[in-house]
Amino acid sequence: MTQPAQVTDQTIHDRLVPFPKSHFLAASDLNPFVTPQLLDLGDAFVDFNRQSSKALDVLHGRTVVNLFFENSTRTSSSFEIAAKRLGADVVTMPVASSSVKKGETLIDTAVTLNAMKPDILVIRHSASGAAELLSQKVGCAVVNAGDGRHEHPTQALLDLLSLHRAFGDVTSLTVAICGDITHSRVARSNVALLQMMGARVRLIGPPTLVPGDADRWGCEVFHDMREGLQGCDVVMMLRLQLERMAGALVPSTREYFRFWGLDREKLAWAKPGAKVMHPGPMNRGVEIDSDVADDLSVSLIQDQVEMGVAARMAVLASLSARWGDAR
Amino acid sequence: MTAAATLAIVNARLLDPARDYDGPGAVLVRDGRLVRVVHGSAPDFDADQIIDADGLCLSPGLIDIRVKTGEPGAEPRETLKSASLAAAAGGVTTIVVQPDTDPAIDDPAVIEFVQRRGAALNLVNVRAAGAATKGLGGERMAEIGLMDEAGALYFTDVDKIIVNSRTLQRVMSYAAAFNALIACRPSDPWLTEGAVVASGELATRLGLSGSPAIAERIGLERDLALVEQTGARFLVDQISTEGALETLARARAKGLEVAVSVSINHLCFNEVDIGDYRTFYRLDPPLRSEADRQALIEAVRDGLIDVITSAHAPAPAEDKRRPFAEAAPGAVGLETLLPAALTLHHEDGLDLLDVLRPLTQGPAALLGLDAGVLSEGAPADLILFDPGAPVVIDADALYSKSKNSPFDGRRLQGKVIGTWVGGRKVH
Repeated sequence: MTQPAQVTDQTIHDRLVPFPKSHFLAASDLNPFVTPQLLDLGDAFVDFNRQSSKALDVLHGRTVVNLFFENSTRTSSSFEIAAKRLGADVVTMPVASSSVKKGETLIDTAVTLNAMKPDILVIRHSASGAAELLSQKVGCAVVNAGDGRHEHPTQALLDLLSLHRAFGDVTSLTVAICGDITHSRVARSNVALLQMMGARVRLIGPPTLVPGDADRWGCEVFHDMREGLQGCDVVMMLRLQLERMAGALVPSTREYFRFWGLDREKLAWAKPGAKVMHPGPMNRGVEIDSDVADDLSVSLIQDQVEMGVAARMAVLASLSARWGDAR
Repeated sequence: MTAAATLAIVNARLLDPARDYDGPGAVLVRDGRLVRVVHGSAPDFDADQIIDADGLCLSPGLIDIRVKTGEPGAEPRETLKSASLAAAAGGVTTIVVQPDTDPAIDDPAVIEFVQRRGAALNLVNVRAAGAATKGLGGERMAEIGLMDEAGALYFTDVDKIIVNSRTLQRVMSYAAAFNALIACRPSDPWLTEGAVVASGELATRLGLSGSPAIAERIGLERDLALVEQTGARFLVDQISTEGALETLARARAKGLEVAVSVSINHLCFNEVDIGDYRTFYRLDPPLRSEADRQALIEAVRDGLIDVITSAHAPAPAEDKRRPFAEAAPGAVGLETLLPAALTLHHEDGLDLLDVLRPLTQGPAALLGLDAGVLSEGAPADLILFDPGAPVVIDADALYSKSKNSPFDGRRLQGKVIGTWVGGRKVH
């Protein structure tokens, strides 16, 4: 078995493509021309991350600030590792959302941070549109790491990278996104990006968790897993907020799992060889059965975590390529 | 009560609202199902048992979708057995137990319990409705999907109004995923707070708190707006006022497909029957004006009303022998349903088929049951009755454990001669 070629700074520089916008706020900031190039770059970073030496200097001398108003160990670590491997100086600020009084304070924070001259701000916030607002107030690039129920575009890109590596061509895929669509920024970003890349997207969930106008997103909407999963190549499960289980939007966890939780039986309704995804963290036994989640022959969930770092490296490096001095 | 392998009932006046047939005929039953239904003169059936109906009426058994029992939880009031015996005696071959028991029927295990107990009695078909919200609390959605799987026929909080419109909206929206039927009593709970009779001159004279008719219309307007938005399958349960009927007719004219039920009590009595505080007439919704009653009868005649229920609500003497406002609302009705309904034929001129339709085909179609028709292949749930026989209702002689019948002492016309469930004679 031959070892993959060593990924060097030069490999990366050869593949670098300037990001199409000065910020990455939504999946629609990408386009069908640059996305494959970002996937190609992401591929290189995957190989790079598997090497023993993981230091590059693409962002050498640059400062990346992680501004997380919502707790998220997984995403903030992923961004932090991505920036560090590119040689950036990284500051992660876990700002408790309860201490922030929405718009005004966010702008105050932005002005303060701007004065410190960061190069990239990565923001997660519970309010939809927070990343957009911040981007209007700072001079650096802003990356949306999740704003309310609006978008989580780097998640969509890492999901796409996972699919690209698992299937190669994504244009012919049928992807079912299942669960709490209404409250999911992951769903919104994935719908936009997958459709942009030519995949067919279905949404499956109880009517109380699927927006009434979701059919206008260009997706087929199903409330029945058996119908919805038929012929699907990919089953993307969403995390369910357990407080929504208290009879408000669905009656109980056991009923939810019975009708919309993914187990072997329901997975068998999808196309043979279908792959399973989940943005994590998972509620095992609620939206997904461990038996499925932990089966590496069908589950891409671990891959998604790995692709997360690579995809975010691709985004950060690509944003830096706009500056014209990327080294 | 064993069934003959084959049973023929000949020389009957067949009444089949589903086929609009009222004429001579005969049926042949094998293995609990109708295998031949003959319109006109009967051939010589080769059967183990042949019953000559001698011109009496033979129709599908009645389906009563609103039956309260005390079981589980308040067995002295009514058990599944006493309710089933009352049903069989009244010509009711399918009952749908309401979920306001103790514990409430808000769990698939309780649905299964009720149906299993009902089946073990080997009398009438006992089915259950599930609660729409947990514990009928009006806040948390009940396990509609799991109960649907367990056999719940529809979902309702019975007499409790789901006040929180957002909860009701979610219940309707969620139920749509299972094509499940939601039933709600139309009422504005604030306008009816403390009310025990209909608003009006009588209520004022009796010094009783009155429920205005407009409360029903307001509740209905809200419910219908949510149905329109969510696309839920919906039953307007226990309509009682002319105003609400008008609202309903307008909604239907707009194309909204909702079913509606009325209790037999509201077709037979009006507010004056309360007399001097007779608590057997304390009902919920309260008895309305004669104009309302007439409007309801017309709605049955026009087919606007899909289902007539007995609204069977047993209450023991200790709950009824109280000052009017403190007495438990409700009346037993399983056993008197048919003769009471036949008064609409005898006294109000309704065609027999129009009376029977909302008692048989209407509820069967609404709940997706294969009963309620005299067609080959359907279960042999049948009643033989004499539509003209005079009866005097004696509450003490009823099978129900509770004797709170507003028909007590009334002279009615119509007597059940025989009741068959799945070809078995149960009365």
